[in-house]
Amino acid sequence: MGKKVLVIGEVRNGDVRGVSYEAVSAGVDIANGGEVVAVVLGEDVRSLAEPFISYGSDRVIAVNHPQLKGYTTDAYQQAILQVIDEEKPDSILMGHTSIGKDLSPRLAMKLGAGLISDAVAVEVSGEEVVFTRPIYSGKAFEKEAPVGEKVMATIRPNNIEAKEQDESRTGAVETFDVVLKDLRTVIKEVVQKATAGVDLSEANVIVAGGRGVKSKEGFEPLQELADYLGGAVGASRGACDADYCDYALQIGQTGKVVTPDLYFAIGISGAIQHLAGMSNAKTIVAINKDPDAPIFEIADYGIVGDLFEIVPLLLGELKKVEVRS
Amino acid sequence: MNIFVLMKRTFDTEEQIVVKDEQVDESGAEFIINPYDEYAIEEAILQRDEHGGEVTVVTVGDEEAEKELRTALAMGADKGVLIDREEIEELDQAGIALILSTYLSEQEYDLILCGNVAVDGGSGQVGPRVAERLGIAQVTTATAITINGSQVTIRRDVEGDEEEVEVSLPVLITAQQGLNDPRYPSLPGIMKAKKKPLEVIDLDDLDLDEEDFELKTRNVEVFLPPKKESGEMIDGEPAEQVKTLIAALKI
Repeated sequence: MGKKVLVIGEVRNGDVRGVSYEAVSAGVDIANGGEVVAVVLGEDVRSLAEPFISYGSDRVIAVNHPQLKGYTTDAYQQAILQVIDEEKPDSILMGHTSIGKDLSPRLAMKLGAGLISDAVAVEVSGEEVVFTRPIYSGKAFEKEAPVGEKVMATIRPNNIEAKEQDESRTGAVETFDVVLKDLRTVIKEVVQKATAGVDLSEANVIVAGGRGVKSKEGFEPLQELADYLGGAVGASRGACDADYCDYALQIGQTGKVVTPDLYFAIGISGAIQHLAGMSNAKTIVAINKDPDAPIFEIADYGIVGDLFEIVPLLLGELKKVEVRS
Repeated sequence: MNIFVLMKRTFDTEEQIVVKDEQVDESGAEFIINPYDEYAIEEAILQRDEHGGEVTVVTVGDEEAEKELRTALAMGADKGVLIDREEIEELDQAGIALILSTYLSEQEYDLILCGNVAVDGGSGQVGPRVAERLGIAQVTTATAITINGSQVTIRRDVEGDEEEVEVSLPVLITAQQGLNDPRYPSLPGIMKAKKKPLEVIDLDDLDLDEEDFELKTRNVEVFLPPKKESGEMIDGEPAEQVKTLIAALKI
């Protein structure tokens, strides 16, 4: 028998995040012929509900409330618990994002459920659902299965492919009223620091710099390259410790773990600390003046050379290629 | 102010991972305080120094974790508590959170701090699970904490953006990198730590037994990622190198 899967969608800067559709994709597999219900929360999110259907949801529930405009633990938890109480899903999925990490363990504790965090793959065979997740910052992996029928999991962005959008799919978009009270945290201010609006954890292309970049200014060409490729800038711990950039950009064991399609490691030697955060990127390009830098051992393409020469040349050449084609 | 820090003993971040008999082989590995918990310990000490009170560092583990508790005491914490879990073979995050929250529910706490994630299991569940079971507010991934009476203002990292939130005590806060610079234990600190109280309690003391720990998730397999095939080094003059790279990447 199929399962009923609830996917908690996530809105950032007025748009549904890609990982929400990736979670729907996992939900379709887990439901195994059952029903996938997406829930999207915000101040006024009805207009964001429709695409969930074309990505594979059978129904979408839009929860509108002024107190859901920004994320707070209490407001989201109360709203989602009211939806869960009505829908009684067998499984709950969401993105392993800032919101997912904050909310899902709390929900799981409340519901008495197990939770598999940061899943990068799902295998379904009949009733059995097995998730793969990185441990030791990606130095190893484990396969975890829920005990019993209930499944709760968070999905790491950029790993499970969203289903192809099918505009011919139809499904109900419903609104759901919630009552929120006794909210304990108040958001006073949001400072957008993330570069160029591209979220590091969801970026398809990351241009990361290390100590070899030598200064704050040294990161400017990296930023240009990232902007050109529609990607985000990242950094090694060394570069953050040296104050070339904000810790928010740090990739590694302490810092973010990323899985982009293309990763440029520029002036990064490749300490274990850093490799733990990016070694699962699909294609890795290393640019370093030291031919013995360990980063070359895991790179798909390596260039030994001066990054201050190579990076501008690379950007210039990319722009030329575009003009020609 | 009574501050509790939830600490985990983890593999040293520089350790290579070896899988043996379908488990991560721990023999001979170096252990440390989970780096994110170090930020929590440092913050607890700083807040205590500013507002007075006491810092208690709690861990669930076996006797080997006494070493990391002593390190926390040497940094400046006042008390260590080791909750011995030896009688329970396998514990998931729900089980650890049950133990910690049962212990904490018998304490008087104003502030509970822990790392936002541990570098071994990496699930980041225990903090929020404990807050839920205690019925208190939580704020995760804090990069700055200011306490004024019972009001707490917290800067938190939201995937690169920063958010400022306000909340009242008691609250559980998880630490993000950048919160502070954890100190190294000083020699006098290490000497003093030897005399500080380190309490060992077991699950009986908390009225918990095996039946309270039904696993909600099970481990099927542990494996190492496939070795990457060695890549291609692109030689030549810089101008040629970038052309070859662009052609190879098809961008």
